[in-house]
Amino acid sequence: MLLIHCPYCEDTLPELEFTYAGEAHIARPADPSALSDEEWRDFLFIRTNARGPHYERWRHIGCGRFFNALRDTVSDRFLMTYKAGEARPTLTNEAAE
Amino acid sequence: MSRFRIPGKGRVDHSAPVSFTFDGKTYRGLRGDTVASALLANGVHLMGRSFKYHRPRGPVTAGSEEPNALIGTSRGAGRFEPNTRATVQELRAGLVTESQNKWPSLSFDIGAVNDRAYMLFSAGFYYKTFMWPKSFWDKVYEPVIRGAAGLGKSPTEVDPDHYASRYLHTDVLIVGAGPAGIAAALAAAQSGADVTLVDENAEMGGSLLSDPAVQIDGKPAWDWVDAQLGRLRAAGVRLMTRTTAIGYYHQNMVGLCQRLTDHLDNPPKGAPRERMWRVRAGQVVLAQGALEKPLVFDGNDRPGVMLAGAAQTYLHRYGVKVGDSPAVLTSHDSAWYAAFDLADNGARVAAIIDTRDVVRPDLLDGARKRGIEVLAGHTVTTTRGRLRVKSVRAAPVRGTHVGRGRDIPCDCLLMSGGWTPSLHLFSHTKGSLAWDADGNTFLPDRKTEECEIAGAGRGLWGYQAVLADGAAAGLRALQGLGRAGHEGRFTVANDRPGTGVSHTELPTDGNAGKARAFIDFQNDVTAKDIRLAVREGMRSIEHVKRYTTNGMATDQGKMSNINGLMIAADALGKAPPQVGLTTFRPPYTPTSFGAFCGYLRGETFQLTRKTPIDSWAEANGAVFEPVAQWRRAWYFPKPGEDMHAAVLRECKATRASLGIFDASTLGKIEVAGPDAVEFMNRMYTNPWTKLAPGRCRYGLLLGEDGFIRDDGVIGRLSPDLFHVTTTTGGAARVLTMMEDYLQTEWPDLDVWLTSTTEQWATVALNGPNALAMLKPLVQGVDWDDFPHMSCAECTVAGLPARLFRLSFTGEIGFEVNVPARHGLALWTALMEAGKPYDICPYGTETMHVLRAEKGYIIVGQDTDGTVTPADAGLDWAVGKAKKDFVGKRSLSRPDITAKGRKQLVGLLTEDGSPLQEGAQIVLDPNQPKPMKMVGHVTSSYQSTMGHPIAMAVIEGGFDKMGETVFIPMPDGVRKARVTSTVFYDPDNTRLKA
Repeated sequence: MLLIHCPYCEDTLPELEFTYAGEAHIARPADPSALSDEEWRDFLFIRTNARGPHYERWRHIGCGRFFNALRDTVSDRFLMTYKAGEARPTLTNEAAE
Repeated sequence: MSRFRIPGKGRVDHSAPVSFTFDGKTYRGLRGDTVASALLANGVHLMGRSFKYHRPRGPVTAGSEEPNALIGTSRGAGRFEPNTRATVQELRAGLVTESQNKWPSLSFDIGAVNDRAYMLFSAGFYYKTFMWPKSFWDKVYEPVIRGAAGLGKSPTEVDPDHYASRYLHTDVLIVGAGPAGIAAALAAAQSGADVTLVDENAEMGGSLLSDPAVQIDGKPAWDWVDAQLGRLRAAGVRLMTRTTAIGYYHQNMVGLCQRLTDHLDNPPKGAPRERMWRVRAGQVVLAQGALEKPLVFDGNDRPGVMLAGAAQTYLHRYGVKVGDSPAVLTSHDSAWYAAFDLADNGARVAAIIDTRDVVRPDLLDGARKRGIEVLAGHTVTTTRGRLRVKSVRAAPVRGTHVGRGRDIPCDCLLMSGGWTPSLHLFSHTKGSLAWDADGNTFLPDRKTEECEIAGAGRGLWGYQAVLADGAAAGLRALQGLGRAGHEGRFTVANDRPGTGVSHTELPTDGNAGKARAFIDFQNDVTAKDIRLAVREGMRSIEHVKRYTTNGMATDQGKMSNINGLMIAADALGKAPPQVGLTTFRPPYTPTSFGAFCGYLRGETFQLTRKTPIDSWAEANGAVFEPVAQWRRAWYFPKPGEDMHAAVLRECKATRASLGIFDASTLGKIEVAGPDAVEFMNRMYTNPWTKLAPGRCRYGLLLGEDGFIRDDGVIGRLSPDLFHVTTTTGGAARVLTMMEDYLQTEWPDLDVWLTSTTEQWATVALNGPNALAMLKPLVQGVDWDDFPHMSCAECTVAGLPARLFRLSFTGEIGFEVNVPARHGLALWTALMEAGKPYDICPYGTETMHVLRAEKGYIIVGQDTDGTVTPADAGLDWAVGKAKKDFVGKRSLSRPDITAKGRKQLVGLLTEDGSPLQEGAQIVLDPNQPKPMKMVGHVTSSYQSTMGHPIAMAVIEGGFDKMGETVFIPMPDGVRKARVTSTVFYDPDNTRLKA
């Protein structure tokens, strides 16, 4: 069972307290009606499906907050977590280690 | 005294006999025995029949890696366990055991004809032999094969035992309490770290228990072990025996299964049988040791053929001589010590046959001193004996040439193909392995977790080396915690160092194609099967494994994986590391379902949510049904009524006068704040801006994909406060979805979301007399301005309330919400006030019937996650003038607007018989199979109108009104007419009354 750091509670807690919430940094378009069918399809369904570091959303059931995480999908390791709304961090070599 | 027990020898209690039965016969063992050691003490080697060929088998090992000696154990009704390893099950008074996979008896087994027909059952036989005729597969081949093959029988009764679960946080967890583990624990226990040492055996000490002649720091091995365990106990180290580390998971979580009562004569009442520990460790030290490899030669599975290390264990731990005249076949020095120990305890060792040409002089000396014949550079080409080995044929090997053999009489054969490190737990962490060409074995390489591997588990041999390595590993673990300590030193006398060589199947002078040289004893896989798999095109070891089933039995290849790999690599002409090892997965040994379930079974499987009115329903004879995690009153039968009669009565009473229903499980969310209306506009399909305070509206919630997610009536209590209701099962999901949008998409909106599901008790009143009955109880409502779809904060029966006028039945209806603590008081007050109207309590079934008669949908029953508002006929609930809401853009996607989508319609059967929910619908029942299915029945009920009604989704259903469709069901095809979903009062006249 993974241990996950909630950036709001500032505590590292067992996976059981968290749920996965899909890929991160996919903003809902401000005006969906302006999008073509293809653009809207991509927003709805097309995901990175990364092999390796993956930016994704998690929710801490305890405090109810959604936050972002960078997790390696091969090793299933959390490289970092950060609050929703913060810019996508760049992957440093240390984090990737 | 049992014939093969050596008086006074071993760690068993010779003054404490224990009787038990095996296949109905009573035997005597000693306290401290396993079933296997007790049977061996009585001269019994034959303990089971093999899986496929029904070959007679005896124990090969003395531990949890045992592939052969699988038995059923029993302690009365429900306490039968199949496939227990006789080498692990400790003796207890009155233990009942039986052998498996035999008929009529273990010594005479009809199924053994499979062994004569072994050519039929070679690798992949399932795919080849029984192909023809096709129709025979289901009816003949498979049942016969399944009946003949197999292990123990599954228990048929509920397990009456209970199982415990615990969490543990510890600084250092050490797995394996042999010399390396004990040395590691001594090192790690310095400077006050919290240390846990676990071992799967009944006693700690590991291999030292089987090597009592070894001396450490001047003490005999057993005294040294006792002293060190005493020191560890004094240092506060947690020592856990009978505790198997079954899996090594992320971030140093290790699962431990602790066996608590299986060894006890009389378990304390209420004691858990097993306890699962979920351990989170700062550092883990794996000191699991090594497993001895069998040698692969014809007849290596005959009872009496066992690993040399196992014989040594039976001798020293249990005082059992596994035979009077053992022969030894080995490619490793360790088996020589086993031979010496047996000879020193009265056995006449027939010969030591070593595959190596050159053997260490001190070993040759030891054999000479004991008068044991040595055959170096020899092999064993076959064994003889029906239910027990009687002789082995030893032959010299020069290069690839096998010389003339000779039969050596013996009553058991001790074999050793060397030792392979136990890599299982390390493999669970996805740690990588490196091939050690010298030792012909894989060793742990790159680690992914905070762990150390010590001793024989990383290929070391000899007590001096293993103790030093354990101490170093323990110290490194301590340092990993940021603590300091010093490295322990140990002086070992009478050490038993050793090396060896590795083999594929041993050379033979016989027909190699007919050799029954087993690799996987439990799954009956031979060397020939592996070579056949390679010949038939398997290249990856993973394919070889699955084609031959090598390593797929309950021992997970503990004995067979390395031998299988060596032979596959040889057949492929590749180096073993290029062929690779199959993956070990948890659990390390078979683990009971009970241990995994722990407390999560029966009534404590999951929580049961009850409404404040539940106690009234129970006292008044309600039949309950589970809905999400709630238990809800399903119907209230009167004496003599079945469900159908009760529901029909409840329906009619409600339509005729007045029904009362506990709707407290409805999800409720309060949406509050200056931007509440904007938030509602964005979330729900409906427009909310013009909804006046004091009014309510049916709300429809979509996913961003345009499909219906939830619905419910929503009241606007004030300009900035909405009381949202959701489906019973959808409450948490809807709140999460709302929170997601509020937190991540629209953090600028000034809105608070609060779940109030359990804060309000909700009672629904429905029927033509609902208004008349309720009016006198209500204060604070202007009835002249309280039409259908109104809401108000008021008092009902003197209780503070939120009153909604709405209907889920088609009758005049109200939902009265009061703070949950007043729920029962409200219910009883309404029941009292309703007496003049023959008020009738009804349950969820009646609620379903009444709503279906009106065509009101249940999200999740009439919709399935692919239904749009238009598909469900709910277009009217979509605010088309709104610029945006969640899911709006998807409603104009080409697939959503395409023709032929499944649409929700009503169905009436021609013969008036009911349909099954979930039944598929076809347009032509005479078309060839597989038929084109155009939809399915979503809801079906008996109704108050004297005939059943149903709802269904059908492709292009709206254009099929009045047409006929067909519903094939198990008892015949039904013919039904497509109708509107509104079966009752289509003009809503009753709502306006």
